[in-house]
Amino acid sequence: MNAPAPRAWDTQRQSRRRRLERAASQGLERRVPAERIIDLLEAVIEPGDRVCLEGNNQKQADFLAESLADCNPERIHDLSMVQSVLALASHVDLFERGLARRLDFSFSGPQGSRLARLVQDRRIEIGAIHTYLELFGRYFVDLTPNIALIAAHSADAAGNLYTGPNTEDTPVIAEATAFKSGIVIAQVNELVDAVPRVDVPADWVDFYVVAPRPNYIEPLFTRDPAQITEVQVLMAMMAIKGIYAEYGVKRLNHGIGFDTAAIELLLPTYATELGLKGKICTHWALNPHPTLIPAIESGCVESIHSFGSEVGMENYIAARPDVFFTGADGSMRSNRAFSQTAGLYACDMFIGSTLQMDLAGNSSTATLGRITGFGGAPNMGSDPHGRRHPSPAWLKAGREAGGDGAIRGRKLVVQMVETFREHMAPVFVEELDAWKLKESMGMDLPPIMIYGDDVSHIVTEEGIANLLLCRTPEEREQAIRGVAGFTPVGMARDRRQVENLRDRGIIRRPEDLGIDPRQASRDLLAARSVKDLVRWSGGLYAPPARFRNW
Amino acid sequence: MNALLSRRRSYFEATARARVAGLLDPGSFAEFLPPAESAPSPHLANLDLPGAFDDGVVVGGGRLAGAPVLVAAQEGQFMGGAVGEIHGAKIVGLLRRAVREKPAAVLLLVDSGGVRLHEANAGLIAISEIMRAVLDARAAGVPVLALVGGSCGAFGGMGIVTRLCSGVVMSEEGRLSLSGPEVIETVAGVEEFDSRDRALVWRVTGGKHRYLTGDCADLVEDDIAAFRQGATDFLAKWREPAPDLTRLRADQVRLETRLTRFARHRDGLDVWAELGIPRPEEVPLLDRDTLVALKEGLPA
Amino acid sequence: METLEFIFDSDPALHPAQPAALCGVVGSGNLEILVQPGEDAGLCTVRVKTSARGFGTTWQAVLGAFAATHAAGGTRIDINDMGATPAVVTLRLGQALSEYHQGGAR
Repeated sequence: MNAPAPRAWDTQRQSRRRRLERAASQGLERRVPAERIIDLLEAVIEPGDRVCLEGNNQKQADFLAESLADCNPERIHDLSMVQSVLALASHVDLFERGLARRLDFSFSGPQGSRLARLVQDRRIEIGAIHTYLELFGRYFVDLTPNIALIAAHSADAAGNLYTGPNTEDTPVIAEATAFKSGIVIAQVNELVDAVPRVDVPADWVDFYVVAPRPNYIEPLFTRDPAQITEVQVLMAMMAIKGIYAEYGVKRLNHGIGFDTAAIELLLPTYATELGLKGKICTHWALNPHPTLIPAIESGCVESIHSFGSEVGMENYIAARPDVFFTGADGSMRSNRAFSQTAGLYACDMFIGSTLQMDLAGNSSTATLGRITGFGGAPNMGSDPHGRRHPSPAWLKAGREAGGDGAIRGRKLVVQMVETFREHMAPVFVEELDAWKLKESMGMDLPPIMIYGDDVSHIVTEEGIANLLLCRTPEEREQAIRGVAGFTPVGMARDRRQVENLRDRGIIRRPEDLGIDPRQASRDLLAARSVKDLVRWSGGLYAPPARFRNW
Repeated sequence: MNALLSRRRSYFEATARARVAGLLDPGSFAEFLPPAESAPSPHLANLDLPGAFDDGVVVGGGRLAGAPVLVAAQEGQFMGGAVGEIHGAKIVGLLRRAVREKPAAVLLLVDSGGVRLHEANAGLIAISEIMRAVLDARAAGVPVLALVGGSCGAFGGMGIVTRLCSGVVMSEEGRLSLSGPEVIETVAGVEEFDSRDRALVWRVTGGKHRYLTGDCADLVEDDIAAFRQGATDFLAKWREPAPDLTRLRADQVRLETRLTRFARHRDGLDVWAELGIPRPEEVPLLDRDTLVALKEGLPA
Repeated sequence: METLEFIFDSDPALHPAQPAALCGVVGSGNLEILVQPGEDAGLCTVRVKTSARGFGTTWQAVLGAFAATHAAGGTRIDINDMGATPAVVTLRLGQALSEYHQGGAR
């Protein structure tokens, strides 16, 4: 019998040792001076590595990204990038300069056009577009990073990191990398004697550098109440009365937008007048939306766990530790992986907006000429088959979908959208642009953000369509046409069928909900300007300059 | 306080018609040349642009705390409140009527960037006629009170009209100046004035600054009821002086002195410091009552 | 600018509270609507001046749906539009007709 050939079982550790030795041989220690960062990157990164660059939805390891893009492509090339968000120009420069070849990611809003061009020029291979939680999961399976370039607020001399309110994706990236012999490099805003609390322990961190500028954080979740329109107030009233109240939705996530901001600002006023305080919207998986301040101050909200923070909200959050997740140091800790998990399993409803929807209820934000991905929406807006714990909302939705003998509940996934977008572009279409994008970009599947199968309700200015109660694809199609207003899709409705759906309560118009559209006024909003939000917060909320005239 | 916030009706957000309805005694307003009897701008029609039935200004008569007043309210959401031929003629007609009828006051709810450039000379002439008409009304003993608190503020020719009035009542959100911030930046460069620095724009043209420099008589909250109270209070104390050359010359000297004193300053912060305000950087954050008390405590 | 004219059958409107009602403002994405008495109690006549060209069919559908579901007969409606969506148009029509019947300013 032949003995098996001897195999080394610690090749990854050996590789790690070699890389660290290369760095040490150049006189590089754990704390790296900013002017030597390129030496470090070129010492520890090898061609073909898988590199996770911390581009979150908000926080960016911008100094490390720019430095990597400035490395010598003859020494560093054919990198596989894995990152949540392609946010910065330097993220795309990596590909244009020949350092990186392949990309797996979740969202690329600001760089969508450049990404599309790279694909068409064959300068990049896109592995896949993911939703955040999916990508995080793959960090532990088949997309484990060799190198993690992360951002933290501060480090102590040992290398313990404080990531504070904008912790976001850092813990999941650091853990996946550190525990598979990868190398973790952090940029920090400052060095301190003692970090306020330890968010990433020093033995997970190999190198840290004080960046020349504080890391960039994008204020993504601030919506100026002055921009909320009467139509959005009307839809918010319908959502509150026709869905939140009907199902008793206490645990939820709001996708970002002015439509959901309108709902948030109606909680202390319209919703409270309906007697709903304490009965809806008590527990949230949500970023700290400034527009939720009035609801929090009015006692409508018990708990919020956040994916990340929001610029200007830090002091307000620290003053409300009963509501937000805060450390013993007083500042918030966010965690995108856990919040996405909470949104998937522990929430009874997701509600958000979209750019296009087809007759099966599939929706997409994909537009021609841009590859943007979806971020967290596919996860938040999906019905998790793994769920087992019941809630009244989940059970009610399950019975509507599966009849009285239903063996499982259903998560409410609500798409709220006006029938026309800017420039009179219809939202409801026969075929999503996503199909054309699939062809032009050579994708396996059309980029669909939320599958029609998962959608439970659609809210437009024309009313609410309850897809759970539809029993055939034809009913579903007419239910969608029945709220698609005066778009070509809406105008092609079968009037008799739509009337029948209305009789059965599958379509409900505002008047069916007891709502007079003339009541839809901005006066119902608890706050009508950013300044109002500041006043509601007792001066604790400090909006970024672009939202202030003071 | 938060319950009060919800009940406040923002003057800034309200349409011209809603402002008039909330300002005057309920049900007292009668519109002159209502939309059904008016005609939209022929100049805009020539340029193939839709007009407004009232050409962007509501004029009429009503009562303010029982006293008869004439009112003109500009609609800032239509063409930036800019003054065209018909728009201007309505305001001029109102002011001439004031000379005949001698109401307790004329209220000008200014919300305008100035001349409607689409109408070229007709717009320029309209504004100069408004200026003359304001002075004629005042010379006839009728106070003309400007209220400034809308999104367009009072700029250009309407900035000048505003300062020709007997007095100005402003909210913090309102702005009063001559050249618009974007125009200054385009002509003189961003180092001269960064029009996108909104905090700076308000420190230089906004209601709080104008109040501290004495260019407006009162600062009120962004609330239609607060404007009503401010207007009533002003008119209760005001006696329209007869035209007086000596007084005009004294005003001129006062303005020249002021210009010399503050000529080097490029930011409201510097002006407020010069006026003796201890922590000028806090001014933008102060609420209205605190700022009014602060001003009253300043050296003359 | 495009000018469009329509006539619809409609249930007779209630007796108006005032000779004319105006609603809305001609700002971007918005419109103003003037409702006055018309000639024929069973007809609603509408004239639209709009900055957005080529949407005649949509206006026909939106105004037609309004006339069919509201008692707007005996009115003459004039509209100045700056690119409002059907959602905004429908909202304003309801507001304007309501004000025509009940009075009160918006």
